[in-house]
Amino acid sequence: MPSEIDLRFILETLAKIVVVFVIGLLSPVSMNYVERRTLAFIQNRLGPNRVGPFGLFQSIADGIKFAFKEDIIPLSANKWLYTLAPVLAVIPAFMVTIVYPIGPEVNLPFVGPTKLYVTNFNVGLLYVLAMTSLGVYSMILAGWASGSKYSLLGGLRSSAQMISYELSLSLSVIAVVLMAGSLDLTQITEGQAGWFGLQWNVIKWFPAGVIAFFIYLISAIAETNRVPFDLPEAETELVAGFHTEYSSSLKFAMFFMAEYVNMLTVSVLATVLFLGGWNGPGVAAFPLLGPVYFFLKVFFFMFLYIWLRGTLPRFRYDQLMNFGWKFLLPLALLNIVIAAVIGVFIV
Amino acid sequence: MIPLSWYLALSAVLFTIGVVGVIIQRNVIAQFMCIELMLNAVNLTFVAFSRYLGNTTGQLFVFIVLAVAAAEAAVGLAIIICLFRNRETLNVDEADLLKL
Amino acid sequence: MQILFLLFAALAVVAAFNVILQRNPLYSAIGLIGTLISVAALFLTLAAPFIAAVQIIVYAGAIVVLFVFVIMLLNVRAEESRADEQKYLRWLAAPLFLALLAEVFLAVRYVGDAPPPLPAVRAADAPRQWLGSVETIGTDMFTTYVLPFEAVSVLILMAIIGAMLLAKRDPQFGRRRAPAEPAAAAGRAEEVGAGARR
Repeated sequence: MPSEIDLRFILETLAKIVVVFVIGLLSPVSMNYVERRTLAFIQNRLGPNRVGPFGLFQSIADGIKFAFKEDIIPLSANKWLYTLAPVLAVIPAFMVTIVYPIGPEVNLPFVGPTKLYVTNFNVGLLYVLAMTSLGVYSMILAGWASGSKYSLLGGLRSSAQMISYELSLSLSVIAVVLMAGSLDLTQITEGQAGWFGLQWNVIKWFPAGVIAFFIYLISAIAETNRVPFDLPEAETELVAGFHTEYSSSLKFAMFFMAEYVNMLTVSVLATVLFLGGWNGPGVAAFPLLGPVYFFLKVFFFMFLYIWLRGTLPRFRYDQLMNFGWKFLLPLALLNIVIAAVIGVFIV
Repeated sequence: MIPLSWYLALSAVLFTIGVVGVIIQRNVIAQFMCIELMLNAVNLTFVAFSRYLGNTTGQLFVFIVLAVAAAEAAVGLAIIICLFRNRETLNVDEADLLKL
Repeated sequence: MQILFLLFAALAVVAAFNVILQRNPLYSAIGLIGTLISVAALFLTLAAPFIAAVQIIVYAGAIVVLFVFVIMLLNVRAEESRADEQKYLRWLAAPLFLALLAEVFLAVRYVGDAPPPLPAVRAADAPRQWLGSVETIGTDMFTTYVLPFEAVSVLILMAIIGAMLLAKRDPQFGRRRAPAEPAAAAGRAEEVGAGARR
């Protein structure tokens, strides 16, 4: 909390929230297009290229279609929970966006010095983990409330996968917290400044950082239910998993947005925790370069997601759970011990 | 600022709602949820006192209560599953004799 | 600040009434989530962000998920009819509730209406060592309260072992189920689905 909560603070925070919310809203739109085109090129076809120049308006057209489609609620569905589930997916996804550390303190022309993040919670990282755990409810409730077997199985599998990989995600992040000494995302970013990238957490305290990075990446892909961990929503397996019965109406659009915003959150965390956040050559002199580097790195991770989707086959469900519980979790625990030993005795 | 008695009053209300819930609910899982509600009310009291006395003891106690509640939930739900397997019902009115 | 307190207090009380008055236990679970999140917000007004985040992660993100899984595992429906012998309890509930509330209020009223001046949340010399911050809680937990911490970890280990043993299916009743709860839920769901398809 600042020393005084006055009108300037309130207006500034509101403006930042609007900006961050718009970034959150734009990410599904743009990433959908990028994903479809990239997947198409990987698969030796063209992808959407008719709507607008190079198909750039495809996502907007899809959005308008979602808004106008008829909203069908199946007869055997529990109406109240069926409507609540997409809302429960979107709210935690968007609430995380307020802790994105987009840039350092810059001097904007009219406003004066502003920090380019909405807030820096003392427990920012725990807050992100908390909102991620709240996202499980949407899958369980959607699967249950749809009243269909595919949905129920898909929902239970998705949520079981998600809570299993949440553990290794949280544990892998502890190594980073040990390195930075704080749960505050801006502090973690500032701790990686300087030395031309040699202070980035991914190579700090070798091998703790690298192991943590890979555990984090794998757990993050499993958390957001993307290939190769997307068995619960693969078309060839379970029709569409927990959102089978959400027939392309605005409710489905909400699930879809929540998934992309979750991807964005996980990519932002990967950059902030491991790749140095807004740090890069020249940020100390020109702080406005901070957001540029930040978005470049985030975009790299999003592209990695799409690349993996186009390249890898998917895991079977029991292989997935075995891998998460029997390999990743012990490795994450071991990594904490390694990081602690290096941190206390060697550094 | 908010006086301490407001937090204590709210905590009392939540605790009382939990107690009433345990008594009037007939589903054993819902009764268990009301027990969690009572624990939550007590947590609120602890954190309020921690703030107003300037001591972290309250917050650490809340941490321990949270861990104990998690352990209790796990074991309690396992017991409820066993109960369900034996009696095929979750209604406490129908499970009131030791004999099956 | 007071508006925030009143808002979240009202939300907590409404959600708590939802927990106790719903017939479908799944709706009670959603009410419980609402209460837990409101209480976490109240923790934030008390400048305890760590406890608020931990409450959401542990309580709302794990314990209630466990409740919901068990409700789905046991396929609990809303109650159709309550047993008639306990009908008088329903009429007795409201006056008893008010009586208990009045009693607790009387006990609480003498705590003191004028609170002592609040200790400063942030000291000027140690900006990261304020009362609810992670650094303070971590320091206290691993110096003064390390014994309860270790005892709690043993307790959680006992709970894990106990829960796994209790929920294991007896081999004579069918295939042995893996101890993981979600796998059990998925197995039960497949049986339900297979049964419904027949």
